[in-house]
Order: sequence, then C-alpha cells, then structure tokens
Amino acid sequence: MKQDGIKSFFSIMWRNKMSRWGLIILALFLLTAIVGPIVLDPPKSDYLNRLQAPSSEHWLGTDFAGKDTLTQLILGARDVLLVAAYAAVFALTFACLVGITAGLLGGKIDTVLMTITSIILTIPSFPVTMILSMVIEIENQLTFGLVLSLWSWAGLAKAIRSQVLLIKHKDFIEASKLMGLSHLNIVVNDILPNIVSYIAVNFIAIMKGAILASVGLMYLGLVPFQGNHWGMMIQISLSQTGALLGSSSMVYFLAPVISIVLFQFGCYLFATGLDDALNPRLRS
Amino acid sequence: MWKRLGMALFTMVVSLIIVFIVIQSMPGDPVDILAQEIVRAEALPYDVAYQRAIATLNYDPSQPLHERFVEYVAGIVSGDLGYSLAYKKPVTEIVGGALPWTMLILSVSLLLSFTVGVLIGIYVAWKRKRALNVAVTAYQSIFGSIPDYIVAYILVFIFAVSLGILPSKGAYSSSVTVGFNAPFIADVIRHAILPVMAYFITTVASWTVAMKANSLTVLGEDYMTYAEVRGLHRRRILVHYLGRNAMLPMVTSLAVSFGLMFGGSPLIENLFLYPGVGYYLSIAISRRDFPLMQGMFLIIIVMVVLSSLLAEFLYQILNPRLRGA
Repeated sequence: MKQDGIKSFFSIMWRNKMSRWGLIILALFLLTAIVGPIVLDPPKSDYLNRLQAPSSEHWLGTDFAGKDTLTQLILGARDVLLVAAYAAVFALTFACLVGITAGLLGGKIDTVLMTITSIILTIPSFPVTMILSMVIEIENQLTFGLVLSLWSWAGLAKAIRSQVLLIKHKDFIEASKLMGLSHLNIVVNDILPNIVSYIAVNFIAIMKGAILASVGLMYLGLVPFQGNHWGMMIQISLSQTGALLGSSSMVYFLAPVISIVLFQFGCYLFATGLDDALNPRLRS
Repeated sequence: MWKRLGMALFTMVVSLIIVFIVIQSMPGDPVDILAQEIVRAEALPYDVAYQRAIATLNYDPSQPLHERFVEYVAGIVSGDLGYSLAYKKPVTEIVGGALPWTMLILSVSLLLSFTVGVLIGIYVAWKRKRALNVAVTAYQSIFGSIPDYIVAYILVFIFAVSLGILPSKGAYSSSVTVGFNAPFIADVIRHAILPVMAYFITTVASWTVAMKANSLTVLGEDYMTYAEVRGLHRRRILVHYLGRNAMLPMVTSLAVSFGLMFGGSPLIENLFLYPGVGYYLSIAISRRDFPLMQGMFLIIIVMVVLSSLLAEFLYQILNPRLRGA
C-alpha cells in the first residue's frame, strides 16, 4: 500500500504541467551536482588569463584569478544543493517532531509547543540567522545547513500540527489506538504516509528559502565558507571585480545569479504545481 | 483584546530573552574590545580601562547571565539601550535615527504593492480572461523566484550605473540641508525610489494572486448573484461587495509581510547603503557591536509585534461580523 502511495504521488506530480517542469529542472540541477565534481577537476588559477570574456576555450569567461567560470558554476551546484538540502532535512525534522508531538498529544504540551512556535514565527528569521552564523562556527555544508534551519521550521511545524489534527480522529488511527499500538508506531505507519506529499512540497519550499538565505549571508560576508558556492561567486564578483560597472566580469556575476533564479523557478513550479494537484480546492 | 495585548507583551519578553541569550553566547568580549581601545587612545593601564569600559557599556561579563539580563531590561525601561562600540554614541540615538528610514521605505512599498496587487487581482478575477491569468502566473513565477536583493542590483545597474538618472546610495545627498524644505524632500524621494521599486517588483504579484483567489471565492457566493439580480450598479458591486469581502482576509497577512520585509531589510539596506535598521544591524554584526545588535533587535521585535497587533485591530474594525464583540 505504501508503494502504491509513492507511485500515485509521482503520477500526480507528472500529470500537473507545472510540477512536471519543476521536477525536470530540479532533476537537471541534481544531475549536475552529482556528476559535475566527478567529471571536472577543480579550476586552476591562471593570472595571465583573468577576467576574460566568453570564448571557445572558456565558455563563460574567467574570474579575477583566471579560473574558468563554467567549471566553478558546475562544481558550485553540489555545495549549493547540499547546504540547502541539509537545511531542509534539519528544519523538517524539527518541524515534524514539534508538529506531530503537539498535534497527537494535545493538552498542555500542545499549548507550550505552539506558544514557542508562534514566538519563533514572530521574530524575523534572517536577522536571527545572521547572528546564529556568528555563534555557530560554519565549517562545512552540514553546519551551514544547521544554522539555516534553526529559525526556519516554525511555520511548517504549525502546519503539520493542523494536518495531524485533521486526520487524528479518522477511523484508521482510532483503530490503531484501540489495537494498543504505540505512539511511535502510529506516527510512522499512519500519520507520516498521510502527510508525505505535504512534506514534499514544504521540503522544496524550505530549500528555496535556504538558498536565498545562504546567498544572502554570503553576500553580507558573514560566512567564511571555503568552496564553490554560488553565493561566494556573487560576493567575489561584486566586491572584487566591480561587476556592476560594466566590466567584462558581468558574466561572472550573471552566471551564478541566473543559476539561482533558475533553481528557484524550478522549486516554485514544483511546489506550486504539486500544491495545486493535491488541493483540489485551489484549482480555479 | 486584553488577552491579545498580554500575549503580545509575553511574545516580546520571551523573544528578547532568546535574542539576549543568543547574542551573549557569541564569541568575543565587547568589554575587552572597548578596554583595548581606551588603552590605545588614552594610555591608561588595562585594569582602569577595563573598569571604565564596564561602566560605559553598562555590561559586566563576570556577572551571571540572568543578572545581566535584569540590568539590560532595567536599562530599556529607563530608555537606556547601552553604548555602541562602533559608532561611539548611545544606541538609542542610532535606533532613533535609523527607524524612520526603514519605516518610510517599508510602509511606502507595502502600501504600494498591496494597493496595486489588490486592484490587479480584482480586475483579473472579474474579467476572467485566460491571457490575463497566464500573465499574472508568469510574472509571479519569474519575480517570485528572483531574490529581492538581486532585483535591487539589477535596478541599480540600469537606473544608477547605465542611465545615471537615480542615486543608488544613502537616504539623501550631502548637498541638501536636512529639514522640512522642498529640495530635501525631493531628494529623499529620489533616493527612496530604487529601494521601494525593489520591494514592489518582488512582492506585488503575491498580493495579486491572493486577491484573485479570494475574489474568485467571493464571486461564487450567493449574495453576489443576488446583488446582480437586484440590478445594483456594477461599481457598487465591485467596491462594496467584491472588494471588501475579498480584501478582508488579506489584512492579517499585511502584518506577516511587514515582518518578512523587516527581516529582509539587512540585505536591501546594505545594498543601497540606506541608513535604516537593517543596515545598522548588519554593521553591528560584522563589527561585533553587541549593544547595537541588541538595540536593533529590540526595535525589530517591537515593530513586528506592534504591526501584528495593528493588523488584528484593523481586521476587527473592517469585519462587521466582529463589531461589538
């Protein structure tokens, strides 16, 4: 039955035009992130050929140190996606823990958890994340993802709680309870499968937000991240080469920007399309 | 209403505690930083300088956290937010100077994108033309995908760098005299155009989409059909029946998006070097200026909580069903 669920989930996704294109775009990015670093060597500095315009040798030109832009862009995909995926996994875990506990147990625990959640929702997340990035030392993709997730789970937790409240009194859960199954068992077998599509939509939405926040933090120079993240490329292009003054480094600035926008676009199509397909009420 | 006020106050206090603890656990010791500066500037022995730094900052790292918090709150109540390390002046002064600029930009862009979004949304729902629908969806999916600070960069590139018709930095030029005079106001408006445009372009579509969806729901209601059957004037139906009812649920999301914009202001204001709350917050963080950081957070929290109270209040007034309740 579970396999049927996943199968129908994919077929719903494929039938909707928006989520299909979103899926295709995201899959392309995923492919780049997986295959890119295997095929390509890290770009070498070549100070004789710095800030070159696109040519047959360097399709997207070179940066201020003479590194090939396209290579950096492709290698960066893995860092960008990893950071965002870690952030989404952490945020989802927190949200599920809080949301399901609050919804299932109810009572005082529910009140306390929801009060905390709404307080966290009140404080804008980006400024807090700025400070958290100073408190927690960001060393790799994992810690970066953790910092991004710490303040971004509250909205989802609230939503998951209301989903749980909706299905809590359905017959199959009451039946499981009568059978004396443990809470954990009910969560894993009855609740999670029923909100999986909902979680998928939000996973993508959180990834979308995490990429924005990660690039924003890098743009402000708050993350000493060593790697090929696109945010780093944007920061370097703006701070070191004056991309906006119309120099030939414009391509170096535009390449990561367009990649980010395209990725965000894929996320948007995927999440909106899936939301439409799953919520008949929203169809207009 | 009292319950709501109490909850708002509680939210503020708890948020302050959380932010206080997070900031206090940041690496680095502001007293030590200031003491070293005093040693360098006035050639005092380190102990004396350290004591003076404690007095200036009203902050003693050897105190336990909860005592420090009590003192901090006592400071807030008496209107003392501490002393900024980076700017060498009281935090209250900086906050007072920064808040009006952020409020100006945010309120103008919010009002503009809300009004335009609502009008377009109602029009699209009323006309029911496929082409309009597609255009709105396309706009939303493209500009909903571009981060506002990137849009801001592109705007700077077009209007400030290439065309050179609008200023890209600051809130006003150094050539005008600050005060209530025409050149100053005109200059402030010119400087505000690009930041407002950046917010407007990226947020207008979400209002349009929400308004369209609400309008479609309202259009399906029986009272709409009845109003048409009664032969009411179209303008009256549009404004009083459709507009009011469809707009109502969106009033509460005004507060949410205000908070969201406040949160995003470090990026936009940093980009335009616009001297608002977000700009000083990012400076405070990069210079490890703890008191300034706390001051900016305090003002962000207060503004966000107040705006959600205001939204609820507005909702009560606009919703006749809640009147007198």
